[in-house]
Amino acid sequence: MLKELVTPQNANVFVGKLGDILYKAVDQPLGMAINWGRMWSLWPVHIETACCSVEFGAASSPRYDVERFGIIEAFGSLRQCDLVVVQGTITRKMAPRLRLVYDQMPEPKYVIAMGACAITGGLYFDSYNVLPGIDGILPVDVYVPGCPPRPETLIQGCMLLQEKIKRMKAR
Amino acid sequence: MSKSEKKVTSKDEDKKKSDEKAIGDAIIAAANARREELAKEALATRSNKTLPKVVKEKPKEEKPKESKPKEEKPKESKPKEEKPKAAPPSKTDTEEESLPEFEKSFVDKISSQFTGDVEVGYIKENRTRVNVKKEKILEVAQFIKDNLPFDHAESVTGVDFPEDKEIGVVYHLGSYTDPTYSKQVLALATRVPREENPNPGNDSTKLPSLRDMFYSVEFHEREVFEMLGVYFESHPDNRRLLLPEDWADLPPLRKDFRNKGR
Amino acid sequence: MAEQVIPTKKMPPGLQVENVDDRIMTLNVGPQHPGSGHMRIIVKIDGDYIVDADPDPGYVHRGEEKMAESRNYITNIPHLERPVIHDSCNILYPYVLGVEDLVGIEVPERAKYVRVIAAELNRCIYIQYWLAIYGIFLGHSTMFMWPAGDRELLIDLMEKITGARVTHAYFIPGGVRNDVPANFEDVCLRQVNYFEKRIKEYADIFYDNPILKARTEDTGVLSREDAIRLGTTGSVLRASGVDYDLRIKEPYDVYDELDVHTNVLKSGDSYARSKIPWLDMLESCNIIRQALEKMPKSGSIRTKLKPNPKGREDEVYRRVESGRGSAGCHIISRGKPEPYRLKLSVSSFRNLIALPYLLKGEKLGNMPAVYWSLNYWPVEADR
Ligand code: SF4
Repeated sequence: MLKELVTPQNANVFVGKLGDILYKAVDQPLGMAINWGRMWSLWPVHIETACCSVEFGAASSPRYDVERFGIIEAFGSLRQCDLVVVQGTITRKMAPRLRLVYDQMPEPKYVIAMGACAITGGLYFDSYNVLPGIDGILPVDVYVPGCPPRPETLIQGCMLLQEKIKRMKAR
Repeated sequence: MSKSEKKVTSKDEDKKKSDEKAIGDAIIAAANARREELAKEALATRSNKTLPKVVKEKPKEEKPKESKPKEEKPKESKPKEEKPKAAPPSKTDTEEESLPEFEKSFVDKISSQFTGDVEVGYIKENRTRVNVKKEKILEVAQFIKDNLPFDHAESVTGVDFPEDKEIGVVYHLGSYTDPTYSKQVLALATRVPREENPNPGNDSTKLPSLRDMFYSVEFHEREVFEMLGVYFESHPDNRRLLLPEDWADLPPLRKDFRNKGR
Repeated sequence: MAEQVIPTKKMPPGLQVENVDDRIMTLNVGPQHPGSGHMRIIVKIDGDYIVDADPDPGYVHRGEEKMAESRNYITNIPHLERPVIHDSCNILYPYVLGVEDLVGIEVPERAKYVRVIAAELNRCIYIQYWLAIYGIFLGHSTMFMWPAGDRELLIDLMEKITGARVTHAYFIPGGVRNDVPANFEDVCLRQVNYFEKRIKEYADIFYDNPILKARTEDTGVLSREDAIRLGTTGSVLRASGVDYDLRIKEPYDVYDELDVHTNVLKSGDSYARSKIPWLDMLESCNIIRQALEKMPKSGSIRTKLKPNPKGREDEVYRRVESGRGSAGCHIISRGKPEPYRLKLSVSSFRNLIALPYLLKGEKLGNMPAVYWSLNYWPVEADR
């Protein structure tokens, strides 16, 4: 019976089905494990775009210490990173570079828009050289408002992102 | 019945109103008197303190009075705008008595060397300004560098004057070497013709660079070039500095370039 | 024309660009690079030596000067402090002084003292942040943690006074925005004393550290003549032996009533440039203590302005000593509520000119040491 089914013609279909079954069986526990791993080791790219970077620096200072939430601020290569924290204003000169940085990062990648400037242009809404928010160039996961956001706000934004990753379907 | 009642009430209201009016008037009068007192006190204390220069506006006077000078001001402003070009006789006459001497001495040095080409913009305490014709800027800068202790440029400001069809460039010179001059900032100003359709680098908006005399103007001049389109001849790299590489619009600090919604 | 006065630096033999043309490699440092901040430096290297460097700022150019032309004198305040948000009092100072000149108002005595205290506190906050960055880019992570932690003390103090962590918008034409809290003198004195004790410890771990000395001494030497000719300012200038501090040379507000000293070092290398800001912080503590003592205990803190004040038809150029050097503000007014032209002459932009000059002939590994010792904040330079 089984031998008849597994002909060279439908072997592919069979293997595919088997894969689906396997995926369904293992998806739930494995996906959770994968998400758990991603959640607690977010590596931000070191790209500073404007003055919000001051508060980003303060967030990794001893008082706020984002590292305990799994936001590891290490000066690695962007090929190892999975988080872009857009720290403020994106000017027209910086926008192509930011997109370039984003494109070079491996999947999965997450984006936090930090500060009023990154969200809507903020104080510089009418300036000639500033983009009105980064939605036009990057898909944003979490918006962190403020000018600049306090480190606590940034930490909360990161925790929201972790919550989001937890509920995401692992790919 | 109802009509009469209404009448009565309306009369009462009238009385009340008139009473209120009287009370209100009294309050207003008292308030006015108090305000005048306060204004007098404020004036007295102010005059004791010896305010610097401007004491013309009295605090808390009636507002309609202010609106009149507003209308007059633009009329006055037009002749003043041309002042940098033609030597302002009225201004110097009034200020000549109180001109600070030290500042006057070195400005006189410059103006006596280049009579006709150099006009004194203003002489204030620690701040002086000379307006130079575009053709003479190199010679004047060389003279200042050789004979006065000004050794570096602090900033270069470009200003657009669309009504005059000119662009002003102001060099702020300072001195580190001579302690007697350390407070002084000499503004060396000049003007270049402005074109309606700018083509930065290829039109008449050109100025010789002061980079050979004051090396520190290098980046400032590059900034003025991109922001106002003033091309500096003999500057080694007239490249963009701050604006994006693909900027193809007007130079942004010209007055006819407008920000969104402004 | 006179002969070229372009500063040229003696290069080690065999390093002239002409001879080694084909060995030269071009490197892009930034804007995504841990050591560059918000700017790009295009360096040409021959082996390990830098033969040419070309800074490319402008990644944070937000058009502040154009924006200022369409806002009035009061609404200009918040966005003009954004170039250096962690030194916001000092960057606003020249603008506020200039507007006061134009509008013609007198500042109450107490407000002047409060301003001086706020400005000095802010200078310390700025320098601490800069020191943290400088430490981490030299690979000294303790030097990131200590200043970044101690900085929070003074930030708390500023938060008590102004209500905001970094962007205070505290100075306004005519005085300061609000009064200091009730027990401010005691708290401030206590915090500043503790702070001074803390920063004195940095000498042991950082400035007397033989590794740091080996790395920064004799790198990026700027001679006195060149420092003057390049028009550098602030700590870069004073590290090269020029005694020029605007708090003494052109005292504004009440600096002439206080006993201010400048710190001048002769050597002009990266080590001296990194030490001057630290000495400045110690000096700031002294100034704050004096100002607290002399400050009138009560009184008005602001002269009320008319709404929408108009400047008289004039131009002013005011400058102050900020955390990085002299910060100037050139305002041209035409009797309107908005300035006709506003130019910020900031110290970072002025010090940038020294960067290509200093990097020539250095090793590539010394680039962070030289670059950050310039006390450079890219956002300010771009405006
Ligand atoms: S949101 Fe505020 S602090 Fe952040 S980049 Fe914009 S202006 Fe700067």
